[in-house]
This record gives sequence, structure tokens and C-alpha cells, in this order.
Amino acid sequence: MKLSGLVKMRVALIDVPSYVKCRQNCEAQLTASRCWKFARRIEKVSDDELFAKGHRACAGCGAAIAMRLILKATGRNVIISQSTGCMEVVSSQYPQTAWRVPWIHVAFENAAAVASGIEAAIKALGKKGIKVLAIGGDGGTVDIGLQALSGAVERGHDFTYICYDNEAYMNTGVQRSGATPYGASTTTSPPGALSIGNETPKKDMPSIMIAHRAKYVATACVSFPLDFMEKVRKAVSTKGPAYIHVLTPCPIGWGFPSEKTIEIGRLAVDTGMWILYEAEDGNIRITYKPNRRKHVREYLKTQKRFKHLSEVEIEKIDQDIEKRWKKLLG
Amino acid sequence: MVRRDVIHGSRALAEAVKLCDVNVIAAYPITPQTHIVEDIARFIANGELNAEYIRVESEHSAMSACIGASAAGARTFTATSSQGLALMYEMLFVASGLRLPIVMANANRAMSSPINIWNDQQDSISIRDCGWLQFYCETNQEVLDLTIQAYKISESEGVHLPSIVCLDGYVLTHTIEPVEIPEKEDVRSFLPPYSPPFILDPATPMTLGPLGDPSVYMEFRIAQQKAMEKAYETIRKVNREFEKKFGRKYGLIEKYNMEDAEIAIVTLGSVAGTIKEFIDSTNEKIGLVKIWCYRPFPREELIQTLRDVNTVAVVEKDVSIGLGEGAVFSELKGIFYSEDVRPKIIGAIVGLGGRDVANQHISRIIEECKNPKHEVIWVG
Repeated sequence: MKLSGLVKMRVALIDVPSYVKCRQNCEAQLTASRCWKFARRIEKVSDDELFAKGHRACAGCGAAIAMRLILKATGRNVIISQSTGCMEVVSSQYPQTAWRVPWIHVAFENAAAVASGIEAAIKALGKKGIKVLAIGGDGGTVDIGLQALSGAVERGHDFTYICYDNEAYMNTGVQRSGATPYGASTTTSPPGALSIGNETPKKDMPSIMIAHRAKYVATACVSFPLDFMEKVRKAVSTKGPAYIHVLTPCPIGWGFPSEKTIEIGRLAVDTGMWILYEAEDGNIRITYKPNRRKHVREYLKTQKRFKHLSEVEIEKIDQDIEKRWKKLLG
Repeated sequence: MVRRDVIHGSRALAEAVKLCDVNVIAAYPITPQTHIVEDIARFIANGELNAEYIRVESEHSAMSACIGASAAGARTFTATSSQGLALMYEMLFVASGLRLPIVMANANRAMSSPINIWNDQQDSISIRDCGWLQFYCETNQEVLDLTIQAYKISESEGVHLPSIVCLDGYVLTHTIEPVEIPEKEDVRSFLPPYSPPFILDPATPMTLGPLGDPSVYMEFRIAQQKAMEKAYETIRKVNREFEKKFGRKYGLIEKYNMEDAEIAIVTLGSVAGTIKEFIDSTNEKIGLVKIWCYRPFPREELIQTLRDVNTVAVVEKDVSIGLGEGAVFSELKGIFYSEDVRPKIIGAIVGLGGRDVANQHISRIIEECKNPKHEVIWVG
């Protein structure tokens, strides 16, 4: 069995007949039966690299990992509309491109509107089987692109929208967006004598999409690549509008060493700061449940953007998470 | 058989869209454009036009959807007016920069504030630098004819630029006139199906809308200017083909009574009709130059036609606040600056926010031409 590079590095399989033999102890201490399931999931991962290496993303960029995984899940039969932002800038500097699929960038706030035009053209021209995908960052989705996204989803276009969320305007230098979490320091929400940093909670974009009656809505994180890719596959094969919100840790904007991207994404999920679920026709199902939720301190202490927070604030954040955790997982 | 009907300008435009076999329409309603998009919706609902109609949530998304659809290989259309056109502004540069032959109708209307739903041409004149071809209509027949020709010109090899067809709000959109509606087969033989050289297609992956740094950006802009220059030639060629097929003559400009004119009025749009009537009612040597195509700017035609006239009055429904003159007036002065022989040129700003332009206003402008005291006059 062939394992794609990224997954191969992080997965060790124990004693699985007809699959790869494991020579070391698995990090997750999986039992053989779980490994079997795991191996079958890995088997579905394409070896095709449709997001070419050599792009200009920063070392450890979570969003660039997301792009790679998205294309592994969609395959080649897709047209992408991408908003202005980190991933557009690093991937498309003329005359080079990292995209081995048809790709268009138009502006910041309208990836969904452009996608709706592409979808209409495909229908009007009688083409079959081409998936339409819009990709935007958190600013391009929850702030400036919200209207265009709301319109496109409400109109019921057959397309998938993926928001890669690095929780601030990273491309322009870490300014606060509507997706920046409570308490985070950004260049436009600095902590000070009169400020704790970002003073408002993160906008709950997936719930807004569920309220639009999008056929399929999911949250994901690049630290859970199989979960993410499975959700992308499900989204693009859903008839009608689908939405995925993927958390993509950003070493520059969050303030952590570039080799820690995957670990920090895992901590976000293990502390309940980010909960992985999917909602088909509005019915929410948790797709990954940690055995025991870690205290959010474990997550916050890894990043410079939270280092100014007092114990009182950290406790407050943890209590807010606990409420949401109980509501969703309880 | 050519059908002769008495219809609104809006209906003439919708008929043109139907005749052109447009694949995707994305539009948002705004007065006085609404009848255009309502008529198209009816055509689709009745099965008279086989197209996808995206009822977008804003004009910004209308143009964005047209960009996506056009890039994916569809012939596309939208219509707007005034505030809607202004909301599209950002996307207008992208549509021309991506070289997408979208055709848009603009029901000319004044810009807010104060909010005003009546006619002037500040809206489309204000987007003159966006890289779109601009056509202005005097009659409902011109609305239909110029829309059909706009598709052919925009989609021509070497041009690949979007077009805006401007019809004066209410004066044309809501006024009925006799219009000859050609046979669909004749339009099909004049305007072949849209087959762009590059489209978004998984069979031939392509990156569209890349980042262009300072080492390449200017070349993209130069290519657009070259395409505009190519359009200048293409328009004349398409006009000739159109005349041969449908019997109606078009050009970048129309000359009326210019043979021995001493005074010439230059204008755009429906007010040309009023001016023609004025000319017909006097024995004075007054001519009219109507600009059918404002972008590309008909530089050569205007110089050749106006160089030997004593005085030219540019009558227009727009003004550059701070300069205190209309755009066409400024540009006409500009092209004559390097000419040895040139007429006296004055500017007349008329009809802002729907103010009526009648015979007495034209008369006032002619008086100014005979004895010029001001460079610019506001009349109305």
C-alpha cells in the first residue's frame, strides 16, 4: 500500500495484515482494529499533488497544508474560485502558479459570487461532473465576503465553500478579523492598560451556514488530515451548497515555532477551543471526541498572541469552552 | 421576416439579449433598469430564452458572477444603473483586466447624493477608465442594434474586452418607440456562438487572475490599451457587417448636417434627438456629432469632422467636480491641443438629475457659440 507523504510521516501501523508493517510504537497507541480502519481511510488518500510545491507560503503555514489536502480530496475535476488573501498571494505570482487545476482569483469579497457564476455557466453549457469550489480566508469569509457567501448559499448553488481560518488578516500583517478569538493580541487589537486584546468572541460562521440550510456544513483542522479530506469529499459530492470551516494555525500571526503547526492544531481540538463536527441537513455529529478535554491553558500558553492573558481571563475562556463543549458533546 | 414593434428601450434591450443567445444573466434590480431584468426573467420563464439567471444579492455579486460565468465559457449579461454601477466599480477593472467579453446595459441615472432616480450620464462617464468599451444610444432601435454589435465587438479576436451599452434612464428605458426586431437566424449568422480561446476547464487547467508584480503589471495594462486600439478597427468592421446584414448604418460617431456646419454640437445619448429637431427647425449652419462609441475614444473621427468648424459646443450630462467641466469637453480639448487647425470649443453641462433639455436650452448654447463669453456654461 502506498501512503502519501504527509500522512506517512505521522502514522505508524501495528500488525495490520496486508498493509504496511509497523516497526515502531504508534504515537496514538492505537489498537490493531482501529489501525485497520485507519489504514483503510489512508488508502483513499490520493497521491496526486495538485497544489505544487515551491509556492511562497511561510514555513509551517497551516493554510498551505489545507490547500494541499483540499486538492487531494477533490481530485482534478474541479474549478476553484479563490478570494484575495495569503493563499492567493503565495500561489499565483505571475508567470508561475501552484495550481494544477483551473483556478480563478477575482477579488477579496466575492469568491462565492464568482463560484456561483462558474456553476451557472457549467449548467448553461450542459457540462457534467465538474465540481465548483470557492476558497477564502477568514477575513474574506466572515467579514468582507459574508454577503456574497450568504447570497450564493441561499440561492442553492451546487458548490462548496471552504474557509481557511488563521484567525486574523495575516496577509496584511495580523490585523484582527471577525474570526479572531477573544483575548488574542493582533496588530489592531493590541493589549494595553485599557485593553485585554481582542474584546469580542469569534464569529460562529459554521452556525451561520447551518442557519442558511446549507446541505452540508463541517468544521475541520489541518492537524486531522483524514477527517478534513473526508469532509471535503463529502462536501463536493453533496448536491447543493456545502461549507467547511478549517482551522489553519499560523506561526507568524499566532507566535509559535514553525514546526509546531500540527501540534497546535491538535491542542486547539483537544482543549475544545475548536470542535470538529459535521452537519448534514442541520443535524450535527461530532467527528472527533478527545477522551478528556484538556484545559485551554495548554493551548493558549503555546502562542505569543495569548501570553498577556491573566489567569482570570484564561479561566473565563475555559469556562466558555466548557459551556459550548457540554452543549455540543453533552 | 423582420418584426416591427413599438416597445420600451428596456424591452429592446431584453430582445437583444434573447437574440444573442446569452447563456448566463446575473442581475440585481435598480430603478430605472428594472424592466430589462424583468423582461429577461419572463423570457426565461416562458422558455423563450434558454439561459441560467442568477438573482444575485447585489450588483457587486452580479458583476462577480458574470466574471465567473464568462471565464467558464458562457456568454454573459447584466444590467444596472447609477449606484449599482458604482457598487460594481471594483469588479469593472477585473472584468477588463481578465479580458472577459461581458456585455452590460446601463440605464443612465444620476449619482447620489441627493439621491435621484432620474437621468444623467455621470454614472457611466465616471467609469471611463475601467477598460470597458462604452456605447451610447439615441433611440430604442440603437439600443437593440448596439447591444447585438457589442457582443460581436467584445468577443472579437484581439479585443476580448467587456462592453457597456448606455441608454438614458426613462428617456429610453420607459419610452416606447418603433423598433425593428431582426430574425434570430439572421442574428445567429451575424454573431456566431461564443468560443473563447481559454476557459476554466479541468481538461486544460489554467490560472486566471494571478498576482502581477511591478516587473509585469505595466505589460498587462499596455496589452489592454492595445486591445482598445484593436477594438477601434473592429468596431468599424462590425458596423459595416451589421449594415450589410440589417441595413442600418453605425460608426464610432454619427454626423448630422455637418457638411457645411459653422457651429457643431457634440453629444452622447438621447439628447441628440432633441438637437436634431432643433437643427431641422433653423436655417443656420449648425451640425451635430453624436458619439456612439465613447471608449475607445473616436479621436481621429472627431478631429477630421470638427477641425474646420468655427465653434464646437460639447453638450453633456456629467461634470468633473473641482475641474468644473464635463469629461467629453475636457477630452475634446485635449485631442485638439496638438492640432494646428482647431475650432473654438465650449462646454455645456445640461440635464443633471433628470432636468429637461428642451429647444430653449439648445438655443441658449447656440447663442453662446456665436458670441462666446464663457468656457463652460450650465444650462437648465
